Amino acid sequence: MSIAKSLPHDAARLHVTGTARYVDDIPTPTGTLHLAFGLSGIACGAITAMELSAVRAAPGVVAVLTADDLPFANDVSPSIHDEPLLATVDLHYLGQPVFVVVADSHLNARRAARLGKLTYREDPAILTIDAALAADSRFEDGPRIWTKGDVDQALASAPHRLQGAISMGGQEHFYLEGQAALALPQEGGDMVVHSSTQHPTEIQHKVADALGLPMHAVRCEVRRMGGGFGGKESQGNALAVACAVAARATGRPCKMRYDRDDDMMITGKRHDFRISYDVGFDDDGRLRGVDFVQMTRCGWALDLSLPVADRAMLHADNAYHLPAARITSHRLKTNTQSATAFRGFGGPQGVLGIERIMDEVAAHLGLDPVALRQRNYYDAMHTGGLSAPRAARPPEGISEQKKAGAVQTTPYQMPVTDFILHEMTEALLVTSDYHHRRTAISDWNAANAILKKGIAFSPVKFGISFTLSHLNQAGALVHVYQDGSVHMNHGGTEMGQGLFQKVAQVAASRFGIDVAAVKITATDTGKVPNTSATAASSGSDLNGMAVANACDTIRDRIAACLAELHHTSAESVRFADGQVHVGGESISFAQAAQTAYLHRVSLSATGFYKTPGLSWDRIKGAGTPFFYFAQGAAVTEVVIDTLTGENRILRTDILHDAGASLNPALDIGQIEGGYVQGAGWLTTEELVWDDTGRLRTHAPSTYKIPACSDRPDIFNVTLWDAPNPAQTIYRSKAVGEPPFMLGISAFLALSDAVRACGPHDPDLQAPATAEQVLAAVQRARG
Amino acid sequence: MNVTFLLNGETVQVDAGATRTLLDWLREDRALCGTKEGCNEGDCGACTVIVQDDGGPKALNACILFLPQLHGKAVRTVEGISAPDGTLHPVQAAMVDHHGSQCGFCTPGFIASMTAAHMQGRTDHDDVLAGNLCRCTGYAPIIRAAQAAATVPSPDWLADTPPDVDARPYAPETLDELASWYAAHPDATLIAGATDVGLWVTKQLRDLPQVAFLNRCADLRAITMTDDSIQIGAGVTMTEVLHKMGEYHPSYAELIRRYGSEQVRNAATVGGNIANGSPIGDNPPALIALGAVLHLRHGDATRDMPLENFFVAYGKQDRVPGELVTGVTIPRRAPDLRCYKISKRFDQDISAVCGCFNVTVTDGTVTAARIAFGGMAGTPLRASAVEAALIGKTWAQDTVANAVQAFAQDYTPMTDMRASAGYRLQTAENLLHRYFADRSGQVTSVLEVQT
Repeated sequence: MSIAKSLPHDAARLHVTGTARYVDDIPTPTGTLHLAFGLSGIACGAITAMELSAVRAAPGVVAVLTADDLPFANDVSPSIHDEPLLATVDLHYLGQPVFVVVADSHLNARRAARLGKLTYREDPAILTIDAALAADSRFEDGPRIWTKGDVDQALASAPHRLQGAISMGGQEHFYLEGQAALALPQEGGDMVVHSSTQHPTEIQHKVADALGLPMHAVRCEVRRMGGGFGGKESQGNALAVACAVAARATGRPCKMRYDRDDDMMITGKRHDFRISYDVGFDDDGRLRGVDFVQMTRCGWALDLSLPVADRAMLHADNAYHLPAARITSHRLKTNTQSATAFRGFGGPQGVLGIERIMDEVAAHLGLDPVALRQRNYYDAMHTGGLSAPRAARPPEGISEQKKAGAVQTTPYQMPVTDFILHEMTEALLVTSDYHHRRTAISDWNAANAILKKGIAFSPVKFGISFTLSHLNQAGALVHVYQDGSVHMNHGGTEMGQGLFQKVAQVAASRFGIDVAAVKITATDTGKVPNTSATAASSGSDLNGMAVANACDTIRDRIAACLAELHHTSAESVRFADGQVHVGGESISFAQAAQTAYLHRVSLSATGFYKTPGLSWDRIKGAGTPFFYFAQGAAVTEVVIDTLTGENRILRTDILHDAGASLNPALDIGQIEGGYVQGAGWLTTEELVWDDTGRLRTHAPSTYKIPACSDRPDIFNVTLWDAPNPAQTIYRSKAVGEPPFMLGISAFLALSDAVRACGPHDPDLQAPATAEQVLAAVQRARG
Repeated sequence: MNVTFLLNGETVQVDAGATRTLLDWLREDRALCGTKEGCNEGDCGACTVIVQDDGGPKALNACILFLPQLHGKAVRTVEGISAPDGTLHPVQAAMVDHHGSQCGFCTPGFIASMTAAHMQGRTDHDDVLAGNLCRCTGYAPIIRAAQAAATVPSPDWLADTPPDVDARPYAPETLDELASWYAAHPDATLIAGATDVGLWVTKQLRDLPQVAFLNRCADLRAITMTDDSIQIGAGVTMTEVLHKMGEYHPSYAELIRRYGSEQVRNAATVGGNIANGSPIGDNPPALIALGAVLHLRHGDATRDMPLENFFVAYGKQDRVPGELVTGVTIPRRAPDLRCYKISKRFDQDISAVCGCFNVTVTDGTVTAARIAFGGMAGTPLRASAVEAALIGKTWAQDTVANAVQAFAQDYTPMTDMRASAGYRLQTAENLLHRYFADRSGQVTSVLEVQT
């Protein structure tokens, strides 16, 4: 069995030798053209004149296209067709593509794109949450509101009550490989598109619409991305469509890659949020009710903002049982880049809201913040898991239910049946030596006037499944060749997370062969159709199952063939250690494949999987949107400088639940990377727009993701090794997004350090740059 | 321009435009696509290559490295790091074994940086890799790989001998030659490390009709010691400054350790950092606090001036067309110098505020003070009012508390994406408090805190 082995990423050797091929590395046919967008210089208004003669006359320019030149759909939106590839008249943000230059080189295209002279009518731009609220500039007809219980009564009757708010900035994905696409025109007007995308089917769909073709005329292929993080779920559409349209117009292959500054000016980022709360609690710190208002800047187009904002609401409880809750979500429309998917997809913002409450309540009552959290946790999973015997007859009445241990529900009425954070927390407190260190930090702070340390614990409970339930499906295509080698394909895309390796391990395990015998192939809409984006942490869950299903079909056919030849039952045929054991004999898997071929057995199969048991009404905010919850917990220690606000992470301990891990090394990689990315979001990564709506942080010179020395000095990451009670592939759990939220512990630790500076509420805002930390120090001192 | 260098062990001759970058040439002309473009401005390190010359191997960013800068050098890209028979270099093998790559796009740059460091036997991995951004791994497995590789000897297949080459007119080899050429071509652009000029080309898409490359001008590359001074040639790289200052001005060295990144320091020169007149360069505040004297030359004429006088206003320096910065002289000793760099991120970040303090206290009284800041005005600027508020006073907390109020007279900083005006001013004030605490032996930097 290759399952559960810490094998390296399938492309590791290619990575380290520079031979792994990304879109921009694909050798292009002679005559390939290169594209660059001309961009809007204003945030809101209209084009009154467009003078492009200098662009057309520039060296190397072959064509310049505007909205008027588009033959069919001018639309790259992943949702409600509100996002034209090229602006028509109205301009919605500074950086919006207005025209596209097609030239003989990347550099010539970039040079020419700057020569366009646009004349504008400029309108007042709506740039901030407050401005959007004031103008009632929003998506949907009004705020979404979900309620559980009688919140007003719970708040009014609570012994204690606190109000507050926290702002949290957005985040640039900063995938190291910028957006890129290459369109290759085929005979009869067909198009092949190579795209750095998490969503090949959507690329296929948008390109087909833009070319006026059925989807069968367009094929999208993706071998790998140089990072995605959600930023390539919808943001690659514009490049792929532009290339396809230009390729159709010129009859030549067309390639486009954004220069980094263009990438950051054009594409969407994580949604920034302001979350205000009103919380009621008892003397022990048990929450009675919370009233949350979540306000988010969605930018100019809808993109994926509805499910992002929904997921923020869905994680407003994080790991805590809220007897009564109201969550109000404002999805605000602003003249900025259209905010999009980013690892966690709203979850981190929702989680930070309640984690802030936990710290405020603990400080108010003078309780240890970890003890307070434990007290508010959901009930522990019943011993024995989901299949454990339950009471035969439902108890009568609410109080009876409580006695019988009725399952607690989330604010969206989903029963929480797999909660394991009680045990995980106890274990982590021991391994991280939390209580001793908290005391030691107090002592250290008493002895140091200028520098202060802080420590914080935070858990995560993250719902796994797309909340748009139909997306929870996947397909696979597996071929076994006569020599026993296996060609594996599925709808998931590889962006560095190790999906291909994990799924190859699944395939190898099903056939009982070495993983080296499994060839991993590029995601291709011509092989597996109608795929969902590789997103929502679902890649291994969905595609692993689909591939297992395809492999099992072939395996069963081989088994039936061999069983017949050996006069035994198909059930008795075993596939293990590269051998097939049948009727007391063992033959190699290759021989088995050869035999099956000679007996005219199909050695190719598709596989399919859909997640069971989901039902969700997003308007009501009720149902079971998730298959299960992935969980984790972190303890982070930091130090701050009270003179400058400079700060850094000293130590991080993480215990994370990946179920029965398919590949522990790859899962730990996701956890380490997710944590650092999450901590970056809340510390150094600050997006700054000026008053005109121009993003001022549009390159790594001004936008600071964590560098090497920003990782914790001591960084202990351990997997909580227990099978998923839900029936996932080999009982593993999704791991892409959940650890991102463990970075919240770094922010909370900074807040804890600031609390050591004075008696007042530090009210630290995110991102906690040095400047924000210094401001909080001053607030704490009063 | 005819350029000759060694590429992965093979001599190549290229007729290149003056501002053709190594990265574009590798990817577009040589189909060596292992070296990646991540940012095209020298901030992410995905394009890192190894360049060897008499100074040994160093990591450089290929995206802002012009081909003529490579004349007479040897280049190794990621494709040329494993052995000819395909055996992985120990760094590559360790990166596979320790799961140091995820998406793999930054990996070639990491491999180049780590290999260059491995060849030099370096183990200061955080500094080596400060200029390589990874968005996937959180760096931990990469450091584990670097540590593991450090125990394996460096293989011999990377030892390149740079080719012997003829002098080139675009790259003067003596200062006399350079000074007279520049006096005759005052509109030309002088290119030393190209860490700034590179962006004029890659981001501003500027044409540079006439250029001279300074990296072969040996006269500019000397560090000359006397009993009481150190003269640093304009062409000395920041890496060389860092090595030298560790002994003489350790606080300045610590500032330079955080200047740009390994790749940037290997290219950037002290002269370039001064001559470009940036208000946020990190050298000028330190050098001004040290009392540096700047040396300029125009044809055969030379002149000297206190460095602070060079910076006239934003974008304007006291330099006539055709005149070049040849070097700077600083005292050999300044035990009271402290340099503080405040930025959003510790490594590879431009300072929001860079404050350098050199206050002389004799018998408890301040007898001299040189305080200079970057990021607080349109030029690097001395805090004259603060200095005046200190001189003649007792060196005590009260004096400091009093003096900080004078910062508002010295500086009217601006708000930008790095920091607000208010934060800048307050931090400047607080850095004087830090300086006082630092001199009295307190731990004042979060970087000093051990776990």
